[in-house]
Amino acid sequence: MIAFAVRRTLIGIVMLLAMVLVVFVLFFAAGNPAKDVCGKFCTPEKLKQVTKVYGYDQPISQQFGLFMKGLVVGRDYPVNDAYRAALEKSNPDLVIHCAAPCLGYSQHDASTVNADIVKYAPVTISLALYSFILWIFFGVLFGVIAAVFKGKLLDRITVGVTLVVYALPTFFIGTFLLQFVAIKWRLVPYPTYVSIADGGVAGWFSSLLLPSLTLALFYMAAYVRITRAFVLESLSEDYIRTARAKGLRTRVVLFRHGLRAALTPLISLAGLDFAALLGGAVITESVFNYQGLGLLAVTSARNSDLPVLIGLVIVAGAAVIAMNIIVDVLYAYVDPRVRLR
Amino acid sequence: MTQNSKPFLSVEALTVNFPTSDGIVHATENLTYTLERGKTLGIVGESGSGKSVSSSAILGLHHYNNAVVSGQIWLDGIDLLQLSDKEMRLKRGKDVAMIFQDPLSALHPYYRVGDQIAEAYRAHNRVTKRAARARTIEMLARVGIPQPDRRVDDYPHQFSGGMRQRVMIAMALINDPTLLIADEPTTALDVTVQAQILDLLQDLQREFDTALIMITHDLGVIAEVADDVLVMYAGRAVEYGTARALLTKPSMPYTWGLIQSVPDVTASVDKPLRPIPGSPPSLVNPPSGCAFFGRCEFSERVAGNRCAHELPKLLPIELGHSKRCHLEDTSIMYSDSAEAGVL
Ligand SMILES: Nc1ncnc2c1ncn2[C@@H]1O[C@H](COP(=O)(O)OP(=O)(O)O)[C@@H](O)[C@H]1O
Ligand SMILES: [Mg+2]
Repeated sequence: MIAFAVRRTLIGIVMLLAMVLVVFVLFFAAGNPAKDVCGKFCTPEKLKQVTKVYGYDQPISQQFGLFMKGLVVGRDYPVNDAYRAALEKSNPDLVIHCAAPCLGYSQHDASTVNADIVKYAPVTISLALYSFILWIFFGVLFGVIAAVFKGKLLDRITVGVTLVVYALPTFFIGTFLLQFVAIKWRLVPYPTYVSIADGGVAGWFSSLLLPSLTLALFYMAAYVRITRAFVLESLSEDYIRTARAKGLRTRVVLFRHGLRAALTPLISLAGLDFAALLGGAVITESVFNYQGLGLLAVTSARNSDLPVLIGLVIVAGAAVIAMNIIVDVLYAYVDPRVRLR
Repeated sequence: MTQNSKPFLSVEALTVNFPTSDGIVHATENLTYTLERGKTLGIVGESGSGKSVSSSAILGLHHYNNAVVSGQIWLDGIDLLQLSDKEMRLKRGKDVAMIFQDPLSALHPYYRVGDQIAEAYRAHNRVTKRAARARTIEMLARVGIPQPDRRVDDYPHQFSGGMRQRVMIAMALINDPTLLIADEPTTALDVTVQAQILDLLQDLQREFDTALIMITHDLGVIAEVADDVLVMYAGRAVEYGTARALLTKPSMPYTWGLIQSVPDVTASVDKPLRPIPGSPPSLVNPPSGCAFFGRCEFSERVAGNRCAHELPKLLPIELGHSKRCHLEDTSIMYSDSAEAGVL
């Protein structure tokens, strides 16, 4: 198991590096980053200076090498060595050290990409965790109920409601909750993000209710249907007949034999869906104006802030790769047939 | 069979229907048979003829939300179909046990075989885990699994097909059931392993004086283990009698066809194999006449086209031998073909 995890982690790192390379080349080779940095009122002289100071005049392979060096051991900005050395003397405050894993420096935000991400990540992680718990709990619960009462009224209502919810766009659900639950009916205070440090766990918890619910509803609807299908499939397996033939109670047949097998495939789905959310929930964050990675991505794209975009892609990719490894290990843990090699 | 007392197992007019959106599936119609302890009833028939459905009814495995079961199933003086759900559950796995065709899918992939067997024991006995485990290991040894005290902690996928079926047998017999239903227990296994499993079942049957229902579509299995044979076709019994009578003097053309379609390794290679042409009728809208009409090569020999319009009754032709067929002179079956019987 440990050997497997180590090996998968190494492979994951290689995959991540390959991804970094592709992203780096795509972003930098496509546009002219110096132009974006230089801004609207750019003169040819200024552009030339910017290009030099930020190292965009170096060949792309060298730039990539610097970027990789930053990821591994950290680096300093501005990039141009001579310029930085001069600045060190005249104005040391303007030299910025970006510690490993350095994801880059955003001229636009005048801060390292790491600092940007650290600033915006808590909202996204909170949202992802909160909605994950909501959707897994209720999605699986209602999915199991629907499967057990298959064909009965309870099943039909559950399936019908999930179909409607599934079809509703997230921005609609979010806007509805915001306009009615928070503003018109005043059932909850107007949601603004409160960190645990500021408002304690209770403050954090209530501040996330509406946006998390918005995000969770869509997944919940999907998971009700997926769970229902998995449970029904499991209940039609031969080993269920064997369990009944042994004279076990219906409850034991359902929970010990039926659910155990049905819930296993949910692990991989849930892991990957969760990982995807760590990249930011653009629509939900926009509707509630919660400063998460999704909003950061939108803003950076609008500002052509390439370093931030590259950083975000790397973080999201790392989340997916890491979650894949966790899912595989978990899977081997619950299914004895899976051998880790 | 004793004359005055009721047989140990007596299935009477058992009918199982499945109402579906396409119509009612008549999976078992009016099935009647008896079985004593220590004896073996072989049930044969093509796949889809209702062997599993009718036998599952004895364990009460059908759900009343999708199956309609009627008739009587007397086991040791009790009509199982009159029992409450709970009473039936307490009999399942204790008095009546069943083993299935594919032991890999019949065992739960996520649990150790020992735990699955012990679970069957603990469902009917108030014992500690430790005692159940000891009994499980004893049972694994009894069914011929080497190193049972180690294999008890293995998972089903770590066993070979034959060993898995032994595990199923251990699970089924752990509560000393008086009736064991083996639903094609050897179909999924290699030929050499098949013989071992059949031997094991017969040994255990003798040891525990179990009544055994052996479901199969393999007449070789029937010839080896059965005292009585019930031939099923399209949900109905079409021939019923002692194994000797049925195998030497098959009297219904379907049975005859089954025997003819058995490859005979001792016969010369140029003896043609004769599979029964055609396929069984739909169970949703069964024909009004004989279900075998259309595939039967002797139906013209029956006057008045009765095979097409009139369902034959299951009638005795001699002591301990009955058939559901209008054909009276069965000798023509034999004269038409080369030789009869697999015995
Ligand atoms: N739950 C069910 N609903 C509808 N039809 C069923 C159901 N279970 C079995 N059947 C049908 O009953 C017939 C007999 O099946 P079965 O007893 O399994 O045949 P076999 O003789 O091969 O064991 C088949 O045609 C099968 O499709
Ligand atoms: Mg069957």
